[in-house]
Amino acid sequence: MYDVLIVGCGIIGAATAYELSRYNLSVAVCERFNDVANGVTKANSAILHAGFDCPVGSLEARLNVEGVRMAKELCEKLDVERRDLPTFVIAFDEREMGELRMLYDRGIANSVPGVRIVDREEALALEPGLNPELIAALYAPSSAIVNPWEYAIALAETAVRNGVTLHLNSRVTAIEKQEDGHFAVSTTTGEYTARYVINAGGAFSADVYKMVGGNDLEQTNFCGQYYVLDKSQGGIVNSVVFPCPDEHGFKGVLVAPTVHGNLIVGPDSFVVENGDCVATVSPMLEQLQAHGHRSVPGINFREVIHEYAGVRPNTQVPDFIIGESPICPGFINLAGIKSPGLSAAPAIAKECMQILRQCGLEPAEKDTFIDTRRRMKFRELNLRQKEEAIAQNPLYGRVVCRCETVTEGEIVEAIHRPIIPRSIDAIKRRTGAGMGRCQGGFCGPRVHEILARELGVSPRDIPMDEDGTYILTSPIKEVPADEAGV
Amino acid sequence: MIELICIVCPQGCRLRVDPENGCAVTGHGCPRGEVYGRKEVIAPTRVLTSIVRIEGALHPCCPVKTADAIPKEKIADAMALLRTVRLTAPVAIGDTVAEIDGTGVSWVVTKDM
Amino acid sequence: MRLEYDVVVVGGGPAGLAAACSAKEAGAGRVLVLERDKEAGGILNQCIHNGFGLHYFKEELTGPEYAHRFIKQAAQLGVELLLDSMVLAIEDKVVYAVNITQGIMEIHGGAIVLAMGCRERTRGAIAIPGDRSAGILTAGMAQRYINMEGWMVGKRVVVLGSGDIGLIMARRMTLEGAKVLACVELCPYSNGLARNIVQCLDDYNIPLYLSHTITNIVGKERVEQVVISKVDENRKPVPGSEMAFDCDTVLLSVGLIPENELTRAAGIPLDARTNGAVVYENMETEVDGIFGCGNVVHVHDLVDFVTLESRRAGAAAARYAMGAAEGGGQALTLRNGSGVTYTVPQKIRVDTDQKAVTVFFRVNDTYRNMTVVVRDSDRNLCSFKRERLAPGEMEKITIPQKLLQQAAGDCLTVELIQEVRV
Repeated sequence: MYDVLIVGCGIIGAATAYELSRYNLSVAVCERFNDVANGVTKANSAILHAGFDCPVGSLEARLNVEGVRMAKELCEKLDVERRDLPTFVIAFDEREMGELRMLYDRGIANSVPGVRIVDREEALALEPGLNPELIAALYAPSSAIVNPWEYAIALAETAVRNGVTLHLNSRVTAIEKQEDGHFAVSTTTGEYTARYVINAGGAFSADVYKMVGGNDLEQTNFCGQYYVLDKSQGGIVNSVVFPCPDEHGFKGVLVAPTVHGNLIVGPDSFVVENGDCVATVSPMLEQLQAHGHRSVPGINFREVIHEYAGVRPNTQVPDFIIGESPICPGFINLAGIKSPGLSAAPAIAKECMQILRQCGLEPAEKDTFIDTRRRMKFRELNLRQKEEAIAQNPLYGRVVCRCETVTEGEIVEAIHRPIIPRSIDAIKRRTGAGMGRCQGGFCGPRVHEILARELGVSPRDIPMDEDGTYILTSPIKEVPADEAGV
Repeated sequence: MIELICIVCPQGCRLRVDPENGCAVTGHGCPRGEVYGRKEVIAPTRVLTSIVRIEGALHPCCPVKTADAIPKEKIADAMALLRTVRLTAPVAIGDTVAEIDGTGVSWVVTKDM
Repeated sequence: MRLEYDVVVVGGGPAGLAAACSAKEAGAGRVLVLERDKEAGGILNQCIHNGFGLHYFKEELTGPEYAHRFIKQAAQLGVELLLDSMVLAIEDKVVYAVNITQGIMEIHGGAIVLAMGCRERTRGAIAIPGDRSAGILTAGMAQRYINMEGWMVGKRVVVLGSGDIGLIMARRMTLEGAKVLACVELCPYSNGLARNIVQCLDDYNIPLYLSHTITNIVGKERVEQVVISKVDENRKPVPGSEMAFDCDTVLLSVGLIPENELTRAAGIPLDARTNGAVVYENMETEVDGIFGCGNVVHVHDLVDFVTLESRRAGAAAARYAMGAAEGGGQALTLRNGSGVTYTVPQKIRVDTDQKAVTVFFRVNDTYRNMTVVVRDSDRNLCSFKRERLAPGEMEKITIPQKLLQQAAGDCLTVELIQEVRV
């Protein structure tokens, strides 16, 4: 019997697992995919928001600001790429000025550090890439950009190193409250029991809640598409740039650099039926270009290298749904975690622990808690450091991904970490191999070969990403069974 | 009148072959094109390229080709033959791999491995 | 580790090998080729089909056979070859490279030749909408898996792009037992060689849909279906013209892009029309002593022309390394006139020992019975008749040095006109 079973290992599940792993608790996480962070966490803006657009007094507002503050130290300790980057919301007319003032007021009420309104001159001095036709901007220096998958992977890995059990390919199919109050959780990897269940199901959190009879979570999944542009565009702005929210309060299409040096433009917003529907849709994607140019006229969309779409789990409640279920004691929802979920994650995890205490769980803190993590990033070393690294491990001397300068040493290391990657994209998320201009054209087959070798499996058994995304069909020149021996 | 594109070289001359006139060829830019045009109408042939599996080399595939053009009808047989062959390194360009029945033409190795 | 060579060549494919051999033949002492793969030959190793060498060797060879000629020649000439070695950067004429045995190498070259080849355009770059299914790969990646790693990548295939790579792979997959349902081409004409339409599509009854493109890919985990639509003269999909194909694989053959990350990082000016470095008639870039050749300068159709161009670059690199620079003196800039997309070289020095300059160029549409005219600010210098011109078939003209020396002004325009003028 586990003390706590967490459903879902995206950023919320991972942050919660990490937080709970500080304590003498037996914790398990059940993740439906073959890797962590494969759902909402995989495809978003990767921004740690300043927090000025959260409704005043909401959970979102408090947890956003706290989470972003916590992220700085957390990312340093766990070696997650994060970069301080200010946010601008730009206004072009008087109506929009009104929106800016409203956001500013909210920012002050939400204790967002350093938020202020700047005039056109100052805005352009701070960020020359902005559309010079703006009349004013909201400036919030406390935001940051992060590597969202690495954030989740680092938290999950550290949780595992501290004793959390991670079940991958473990989709929860039923949750039954037993007579003595604990939960029997049925999954595709087996039956588990737990005293408490945490619903961190992301795009599927409403489905998970239904399993214990929770029918009042009306979840609508919104899909948002993004363009990713070549690194040559990454320096066009050194900030996150938002337009003013429209009449419906929709944040709008942002322009921001990524921690890898690319530029992203997006998202739009449209409803999708399935929680994992991440197709891109052509005419809407093209409209993003106009939005992007309105904020940052200098973007060259001929430098697009990739598009992606991500899902945001919205509910009927304009806030996070965080709390013990009123109809099912011991079942804690961390649901409806749309933006600013990534920003709030570590604070949501602390909140969850607090709720568990209120439920009666009073665990002691562990004596030894592993709280650091290091990942080799060969391309960031200077020549002398590179030389030393290769002397330690010659595999750092073989560059596999040319576009991003990722070495075989890093790929092999990634395969032997606490959460074993089993797909090409899992390696991409951990090392960056395949994210560059050629999008894996050169390194793909090489990463494939290394993975098969290190895992001791046939290359045919390596998927592109989730199980079922097979790449290879059969060995070449295979004699069909009925012809063999003839 | 049959209109063909010559495949002998990248030029791709547009040939016209007259079956009623002993398959006379016009439009060719060189003598090989004339030969090709006639043959393509009467008894088309092709040079094939493929790979066979090989042990003991850097990669598991050894590129091969038919030493000469073979009749188009024999393509399936020629390809099936390759499934039954396994080479062992070292091999050299020109090494015979297997003869394609009924053609007098063999698959040969095209890479030193 | 510090190394010194007279000529350092980045890339051991056909371009790099030919340049290295030519540098040796021109008298360079120590010539080094740096190749990232575990064997030399570059992309030719996976081009197991024939059609190479008809011009250069007057023989029809497969890719590996063509590469072999130069690998052997390089060995015989004493060219040094470092395999499994990646160049990280080029700074101030120093090439920084790395491999597992020597670690970081700081290679000082008297002259450097860039021969990095090109990469394939991706799904992301052309924004094909639809699911993120597995089974969508570039034709070159499929070629690598099939011809070198020994794996089939699909059973029912739709090929996007009728360039040579797409056509070759349509045939390749068919011969390995896959069903290729269609080849889909955005333009109203195919960019590939006519011979490949015959021997890759017609031979296997694979339909070619011109003026069509893929407008959706459906497939939860692996490709399940592809939707193609006709496009109008603005290349926009025509509503109502959709056709669906049940398939499990999409091969993309939608263009090649010269691989110039190193070039750009080294501050060497590029030509937006070729996506390669701006080069002079001896293949020297705008940075003295750094030369370029092959697909990294502009995407070629025939490896034979890569060889010619690379030999020129290698010889010039050798001369530079030995102190006989061609630099200085007036250079004519070539302008792309009517019908011409780009020329290589983009600049021509007139005070050299060369007897003539070969100019490669591409046209922007298909043309019949045109005259290629080279003119200065006053008059036509020379003209060349061409019966057929197409964007997918790179052309060359050779301009006598005497005419170049007589040119007025500092620009030459290469253009297409309908009739001959003198």
